[in-house]
Amino acid sequence: MTEKISGELTLGPVLYNWKADAWRDFYFKIADEAPVDTVVIGETICYKRAPFFEPLYGEVMERLEAGGKTVVFSTLAEVMLPHDRRIVESICSIEDHLVEVNDASGLYHLTGKPHNIGPLFNTYNEEVVKTLARRGAKNFCVPHEMRATAIEAVAKEANALGCTVEVQVFGRQSLALSARCYHARAHDKIKDTCQYVCENDPDGLNLRTLEGQPFLTINGVQVLSNDYVDLIAELPDLARMGVARFRLSPQNVDMIAVAKVYRAAMDGEITAAEGQESLKELVGDTPLANGFFYQQPGYRFIDADSVVH
Amino acid sequence: MTAETLTKTELVCPAGTPAALRTAVDAGADAVYCGFQNASNARNFAGLNFTPAELEKAVDYAHQRGAKVLLACNTFPPGGSTDIWKTAVDDAHSFGIDAIIVADVGVANYVRETYPDQRLHLSVQAGASSPEAIRYFCREFDVRRVVLPRILTVAEIKKVHDAIPCEIEAFVFGNIGMMKEGRCALSTYVTGESTNMDGACSPAHHIRYVEDDERNLTTRLGRFAVDHFEAGEAAGYPTICKGRYLTNDRTCGYYAFEEPRTLNLSALLPDLMKAGVTALKIEGRQRSRAYVKAVVSAFRHAVDALMEGRDPKLADLIALTEGAKQTEGAFKTKTWR
Repeated sequence: MTEKISGELTLGPVLYNWKADAWRDFYFKIADEAPVDTVVIGETICYKRAPFFEPLYGEVMERLEAGGKTVVFSTLAEVMLPHDRRIVESICSIEDHLVEVNDASGLYHLTGKPHNIGPLFNTYNEEVVKTLARRGAKNFCVPHEMRATAIEAVAKEANALGCTVEVQVFGRQSLALSARCYHARAHDKIKDTCQYVCENDPDGLNLRTLEGQPFLTINGVQVLSNDYVDLIAELPDLARMGVARFRLSPQNVDMIAVAKVYRAAMDGEITAAEGQESLKELVGDTPLANGFFYQQPGYRFIDADSVVH
Repeated sequence: MTAETLTKTELVCPAGTPAALRTAVDAGADAVYCGFQNASNARNFAGLNFTPAELEKAVDYAHQRGAKVLLACNTFPPGGSTDIWKTAVDDAHSFGIDAIIVADVGVANYVRETYPDQRLHLSVQAGASSPEAIRYFCREFDVRRVVLPRILTVAEIKKVHDAIPCEIEAFVFGNIGMMKEGRCALSTYVTGESTNMDGACSPAHHIRYVEDDERNLTTRLGRFAVDHFEAGEAAGYPTICKGRYLTNDRTCGYYAFEEPRTLNLSALLPDLMKAGVTALKIEGRQRSRAYVKAVVSAFRHAVDALMEGRDPKLADLIALTEGAKQTEGAFKTKTWR
C-alpha cells in the first residue's frame, strides 16, 4: 500500500494548433473518461488560431461540465497586437467561469474579481502571491523553471491566504515566448502569412542541434522542451509542501491514460516507479525530465530515490 | 504638443562598473543604469556591477554632474529568498537613487508600500507589451516609465504612447533579443542557472569552444552544441536564441530564432523622438569603457544635433555592432515577425 496524495488533477490548455474537429473530440473524450477535476481551455499561444476554436467553446464547455469537470478559460500569454488585446478582453469578460491569466493584460481586466494565475505568468515568490491574492487571484500555477524550495515558499503563503498552488507534473516545459513566429520562420514565412503551418505539427516542431541531438520544440511563438516533465515521483513532496493541484499539459499521446496513471499514483494504487514505467510506454521515444524541480538543468531526469531529504 | 514635435529625450546608458559609470556620465549620459553584485539584476556576471558603497559614491558622482542613476532590480526573486531584492531596494533608496527599475510584481509592490515616493520604472523584463499590461503596472504600483520590449514598430510605439499614462523608454542600440524578456528559461533549461531568478543568461562557466583538427569551431552551452563555425568564420557568444539548428525539413543548420546581429536604430532616432519616446536606452553593461565612451558620445551628438535641427552623424556606430552586422529589428517593419 503506497501513500495516498490529496489534491486535484488539472488538464492545462491544448497549446498546439490541433485541427478543430480533433480538438473538440479530444475534449469530449476527456469529459467522458479522464479522471481530472479541472480543465483549462482556450487559445494561449496565437491569436490567429482562436477563430477555429471559439465556435466550439460552448459545446466543449457543456460536455466537460456534464462530465463533472470545472472549466477555466485561459488567456493569451503574449499580448501585443490589437487582435491579442481584443481576445484577452473578451475572455476576461466571461462572468460565470474563472479565467486563468498568463499576462499582465489579463490582470488589468480582472483586478478585484476572482481569477487564476497561469504558468506563463511569473509567480516566483511569496510577495507576488501576497500582491495578487489581495487583488483577487485564487490559484497560482507556478512557472515551469521553479525549484522545490521556491515552490514551497509560494505554497505556504498562498495557503495562508486561502489560495491554492498548482504545478505542472506532465507535458512539455514552456521555455520561452517571442513576438516572432518560429513555426512560420522555419518555413521561410512570417507570422502575417503563416498559412497556419503549425497545424502540421500537433506535438510541436522538433528542433535538433547540429549534432543531431533532439533539443527543443517550436510551437508558433513559443519554445518548449523536447522532453515531457514528469513529477509523478515528486507528488508526495509537492503535497507535503502544500501544493494542491497537479497539472497535465496535453500532448499528442493518450492523455486519458496519462491522467489515469497520475490518478492511480495519487490514490495509492500504484507506486511512483510503476507509474513511471506506464508513462514511458505511453510517451514512446520522448524522454522524461524533472531537473528544474531539483535546481538542475531542466532537461535532466533525477531519480527521486537518490535525493537525500 | 503636435505629433511632429521632437520630445526632449533622455539618453540612458549602461554602467557595469563604477569606472564605466563615470565614463558614461562624462560622455554625456543623462542617466545611467546599474545593478548590485548579486542576483537582483539581470546582468549578474562575475566582475560586473556595484557594491553598496560603490553605488552610493556613484550616485554622488552623477548627481554632482547633473546625471541621474537608475537601479536595475529587474529579476524575479525565488520564493524564500526575497531578502536580496528588498535589501537592494532599501540601499538604493537610501542613496537617493533616481528610479528603481523592476520586473517582478512582488518587488514592485514592496517598493510602493515601503517607499511611497520612490520613482518606479518597469523593466523590459516585465514583458509588458500591450497598453493594458502597462496600464496595470501604472494603476497598481504608480509606475512612471516603461521600458518597451524590442518587438514593436515605431508606429506601434506611437500608438502605445497615446494609450498609456507613463513615459516610454526604448532601446536604440545593443543586443537585440527576440525572446520575450522575463519569460525565457532556455538558459536555465541547459545550465540550471536561471536568467529570471539568478540574473544571468548563458553564464561563461557553462560555455565551451571546441576546435577540430581543421580549425572548425563548435560552440557549446552545457551539453548542447549551439552553433558551428567554419575555420575563419567569426563566432559569436553562444546563446541558445542565436544558435543554428536542424528540423526534419531543414537539414542544413539555420538560425531558428534570430541571427546574431546588433540593434542600431540611429537612423530612426527622429521618428522615435516624434513618437513620444522620453528616453533612449543603450544596452551593454557587460561592455568595456571604450565601448561605452564611443557609443554614448555618438548618441549624445546625434540627439543634440536633432534637437537643434542638424543632421546626426552615426556611421561610426556600425563599427561597434556585432560582427559588423546591424539591424533595425522590429522597429522599422513587422515583416520579421
